[in-house]
Amino acid sequence: MLDEELKADLQKRGIFVASFEDLYNWGRKNSLWPLQFGLACCAIEMIATAAARFDMARFGAEVFRPSPRQADMMIIAGTVTKKMAPLVVRLYNQMPEPKYVIAMGACAISGGPFKEGYNVLKGIDRYIPVDVMIPGCPPRPEALLEGLIKLQEKIQAQRLFGPHRARHADTANAADYPVPAYGAHDLEPALNPRIFQPDPPRREGE
Amino acid sequence: MTGVLEAIKAALPSAGVELLTNPSPCAQHSLLVKPADARAVAEFLRDSLGYDFCSNVSGVDWPPRKVKETIARKETVEGVESEVKETVEREIPGYLEAVYHLFSITKKSGLLTLRVRTGDRDGDVSIPSLTPVWKSADFQEREAFDLYGIRFDGHPDLRRILMWDEFADHPMRKDYVAPDDYEYEPTPHDEILAKVKASTEAA
Repeated sequence: MLDEELKADLQKRGIFVASFEDLYNWGRKNSLWPLQFGLACCAIEMIATAAARFDMARFGAEVFRPSPRQADMMIIAGTVTKKMAPLVVRLYNQMPEPKYVIAMGACAISGGPFKEGYNVLKGIDRYIPVDVMIPGCPPRPEALLEGLIKLQEKIQAQRLFGPHRARHADTANAADYPVPAYGAHDLEPALNPRIFQPDPPRREGE
Repeated sequence: MTGVLEAIKAALPSAGVELLTNPSPCAQHSLLVKPADARAVAEFLRDSLGYDFCSNVSGVDWPPRKVKETIARKETVEGVESEVKETVEREIPGYLEAVYHLFSITKKSGLLTLRVRTGDRDGDVSIPSLTPVWKSADFQEREAFDLYGIRFDGHPDLRRILMWDEFADHPMRKDYVAPDDYEYEPTPHDEILAKVKASTEAA
């Protein structure tokens, strides 16, 4: 790696030095194309973020794609019901790597006010890896932009080579995330144990 | 409401219709219709009394319940007549109920509430569908079928509408048990708080 001090010194003299990774990440972090879909009221805030007042185009994320094949980022905007969850996972599987997920709002993170209900998924991170979680009910457009900037920082810091390379750069990790099936009482399985390991629930008699 | 009841009784003398009074101040009385006569009564209400709009269909689950009734009877003990009050506990078996809210757009009148009850909660859960009479009942009868398990005979498309087709339960019934996918959460409350307390006491 190039010494940061030397890099700053050279830049002052008009010489821009960058690693391939930096340049590559700089390019893709500024053209994150989101998948165009919304699930509930958070989608309204997402639409407001994309519109003129908040203008997501300033961050290069205005090109909402109607096809998962053309999208880099999925904004889970709203309540994920158990009926909808397999479709969300399938859409995620259909997106090409590298792909990122922003879980927007209390429902997408944890089930929110519906956490103790029977029909809402208790967080989309049970099935797909989430990069940025934005709390709020719903989060304001500024919060979504903040989440987008956090995601950009994460992308900028990703390594493409070496032992600490990003998930998508490691072909050993390339795998579909299993789509849950509709069961008689709940989704089967209720979570993906490979990516979701909560604190074990302590129940009576255990 | 009594006028409507009298009109039904006059036109359909054999129809099993009775008035259910609501003792609360709102006094929203309703008509309880026997399932066998529901279709004929509904058609009479629509065609003759002008109830052309069904705004709402709800399901209600009535689990088996016990009611205490006080019966006063006269008793003669040693030649002295006295009034004895006796409390009798009576069990009412459970049933499911569909409630229809009817309005008349042409006559600018309403609300007329129709209730239809099933025989019980498990086997005899069929009542006639009123979708052929009021098209607006279609999705709401499907919802009552989905969440309560009321079977509407004669419904054109009786499928689940909110839950997935493979789902076996009826979640709005009082005895429904939600899947136990409880996990640790920092601010537990209600049932989950009770589970956490029980587990910490056991540990």
